Amino acid sequence: MSAAVAVRPKAAGVRLWVRAFPTLLRIGLAEALAYRAEMLVWMLTTTMPLVSMVLWQSAAQGTQLGPTKLGSAELTAYFLLTLIVRLSTSSWVLWLLTEDIRSGALAQRLLRPVHPLLGYVASQLASMPLRGALVLPLAITLLWKLSQHSLTHDPAQVALFVLSLPGAWLLSFLSMTFVGLLAFYIDSAAGLFYVWVGLYTIFSGYLIPLVLLPAWLGKVATWLPFQYMLEVPVRMLLGWPIAGGARDTIAGRLEALQSLGIQYLYVGVLLLAVMLLWRAGLKRYASYGG
Amino acid sequence: MSLVMPSPLKEQVPTRLMWRYLRLLWLQVRMSLISQLQYRWNFLVLGLMQVFWLFVSAVPLWVAFSARAAAQGQSMANTELGGWGLYSSMLVLGVFSLLKAVLDGAINPSLAAVVEHIRKGTLDFVLLKPADAQFLVSTARFEPWHVLDGMASLLLIGFAAHKQGVLAVGAGPLLLAVTSCVVLFLCAILMLYSLWLLVVCAAFYVVRIDNLSYLFTAVLDFARWPRAVFKGALLVVFTYVIPLTVMTSYPVDALLQRLQLSQALWAMGGAGLLLTISRFTWRRAIRQYASASS
Repeated sequence: MSAAVAVRPKAAGVRLWVRAFPTLLRIGLAEALAYRAEMLVWMLTTTMPLVSMVLWQSAAQGTQLGPTKLGSAELTAYFLLTLIVRLSTSSWVLWLLTEDIRSGALAQRLLRPVHPLLGYVASQLASMPLRGALVLPLAITLLWKLSQHSLTHDPAQVALFVLSLPGAWLLSFLSMTFVGLLAFYIDSAAGLFYVWVGLYTIFSGYLIPLVLLPAWLGKVATWLPFQYMLEVPVRMLLGWPIAGGARDTIAGRLEALQSLGIQYLYVGVLLLAVMLLWRAGLKRYASYGG
Repeated sequence: MSLVMPSPLKEQVPTRLMWRYLRLLWLQVRMSLISQLQYRWNFLVLGLMQVFWLFVSAVPLWVAFSARAAAQGQSMANTELGGWGLYSSMLVLGVFSLLKAVLDGAINPSLAAVVEHIRKGTLDFVLLKPADAQFLVSTARFEPWHVLDGMASLLLIGFAAHKQGVLAVGAGPLLLAVTSCVVLFLCAILMLYSLWLLVVCAAFYVVRIDNLSYLFTAVLDFARWPRAVFKGALLVVFTYVIPLTVMTSYPVDALLQRLQLSQALWAMGGAGLLLTISRFTWRRAIRQYASASS
């Protein structure tokens, strides 16, 4: 299998990938359209931000929580944005990948003259228009309702938020791919993913705004990549400075810019890790029945 | 196998019928156990994973209460969300995860198998067997490792009950409280089962339904909080339409001896009603079922 990949000169490969990519996207779009009902149901299953929202709304009732004095309205805005960011940046490449490795279907992908990971990227990206069509009406309604009080009024922060969305998507895609590729080494990589999801739910701000975590847990969260997948973009659009205080200040902009930089740094590191793991894992790979 | 009976079951006397079904149940459970015990490592790993999840899902509750306590300058013990303290909320979480263990261990696998049967057309073989089809499909598959997360949930319930002072009320009242809690929990299982069966009946009409089960579980997630967090329309929906608060908050109310009789009656009546509706729907669905293979 790997011989077929190896004989091709590198440069020609890249040019081929660029030419093949639109076709891959078209295939992905057709797949996404064929399973549109599944997609809708899958998106509806993202109830967790709303589940968290009702808890925090009542926790903040009649009071203001944490060092940054979060009230019910702020928390509502926070979790609604979490829902939007989550819906627009998550991916399910892990399940595609582990299933392909387990069933041996990866062999077919390896035979194609494009890098298999690029195929996964295309299939996930191609679902975006459909997902957008489903998420956008919701997002626009919510943003319109929230915009008066809860969102930032600083165009620079909004721009940074928009830039952080692809970063968040890449982080989630690459980390899933990384865990999925571990299936080359261990039988149930999906089981390992549970641990990853557990850490994610606590340290990304999915269940709890990070500022409300106990101080030591909050400190751990700042060193982990999870917050850059979810809370960092959300915070940019809300205009929340990490330490609290006035919104829409120059310092807030700089903070957001710095977060964006760290986010893309993590993207780079993960990309490197995925490439290395892919190379090493492929050497071990033997497909069954292919 | 002894499953093949010369005379149809309907003609037997009720007690012998019951024994027969109990034996059948035991047989089905044993079959599941045998087939699942081939994957002993899975058993342990998945079980531990569920315990880990239980721990993770308790974190938001704890953080929310400590944040509220700090904001109001109170001790944790005096902090409440609409009449629910930290430990009574943890009781609800414990009941929720126990219910989820039952769902994942005993209800979900079987009913997922029905959907598969319908899709492939193999439901015919089940319908041909001389026992009630709903009984057969509902007991077809168990996943025993969920016993581990069931036990973890019971530990959480025990811990929270101890902290809440439930155990300090004296033997007589305690017995009553625990009994009523168990009865209401059984009602919750019946409701859950009925709702699930209704979802499965939809599979007769739309076939591709596997991710409807995820949707079902996703909606069930709301049941992890005490009912006080729901307000307005949401409270009405989760009490009367999808009775999530009835499933997890009412048993805890019963344990804390503050459930009103009307609420208990509503829970039991609701369970009976849902069971009847789902049974009726199942019969209707079966009657119009045309096998995929014929």
